[in-house]
Amino acid sequence: MAEKIFAGVSVTVTDEGYLTIPSQWTKEIAIEIAKEEGLTLTDKHFAVIEYLRERVLKGEALTIRSIGKSGVVDTKGFYELFPGAPLKKATKIAGVAKPVSCV
Amino acid sequence: MANLDHPIKKVMIICAKANIEDVYAALVMANGAVMEGIEAKVFFTFFGLDAITKKQMKKLHTATVGNPGMRMPGGLPFPSILGMLPGVEAGVSAMMKSQMEKLDIPPVDEFLELITAGGGEIYACKLAVEMFGLKKEDFCEHVKDIITIGQFYELAAGEGTQIIFT
Repeated sequence: MAEKIFAGVSVTVTDEGYLTIPSQWTKEIAIEIAKEEGLTLTDKHFAVIEYLRERVLKGEALTIRSIGKSGVVDTKGFYELFPGAPLKKATKIAGVAKPVSCV
Repeated sequence: MANLDHPIKKVMIICAKANIEDVYAALVMANGAVMEGIEAKVFFTFFGLDAITKKQMKKLHTATVGNPGMRMPGGLPFPSILGMLPGVEAGVSAMMKSQMEKLDIPPVDEFLELITAGGGEIYACKLAVEMFGLKKEDFCEHVKDIITIGQFYELAAGEGTQIIFT
């Protein structure tokens, strides 16, 4: 656990940089985390991020498959929006816990 | 924190069997790699070709005979002779598939789509394709090419590559 300042706000994050308290998240924080990941967020990114937050806060487990079927983004689009490791990157930017999903 | 000095950059996975468990081991590893931002290429050979053949890919089975891991639901022993009865293998396989569906593990064709959408590549072994008398059009759309093992090794070139045989 560590404290980190994003957009002038101090938040607690895990060693890997995931917010531990999702309610501390703001769009401004998302923009700064994304910058660290080398991404500039667009409306499309935010649509996915908000969808992920909604599901995680409902207690649902995220999988690439279910995100690809969400209607918010397809699998290919998800990989394009968050290149490399989409699920890990997107959840980090969304201010929710790192997913433990295998699929 | 994991040691990130020498991360795995690419996995080359070879699947030579058509059992549900062998095919899914390959698919889960390939998809898992792609999810982590690791390059993944899967080479299907011998009976593993069933997993990428349009005609067979939806009909994969697990072996109910000669499979020491086979048990009844609840853990009771599964008599080998039962596994020989018509329909038992199909029933057991259907049960396995429904269990996987509950964990959001997709059917083979959709799994291949997930992997390729993430940039993973699927190949068929030229030697096995010739052996079974198959043609390019017998394979699902996700198969990138029919290649030799030599070409597969060429694709493996580079630092941080692992070759995995299921």
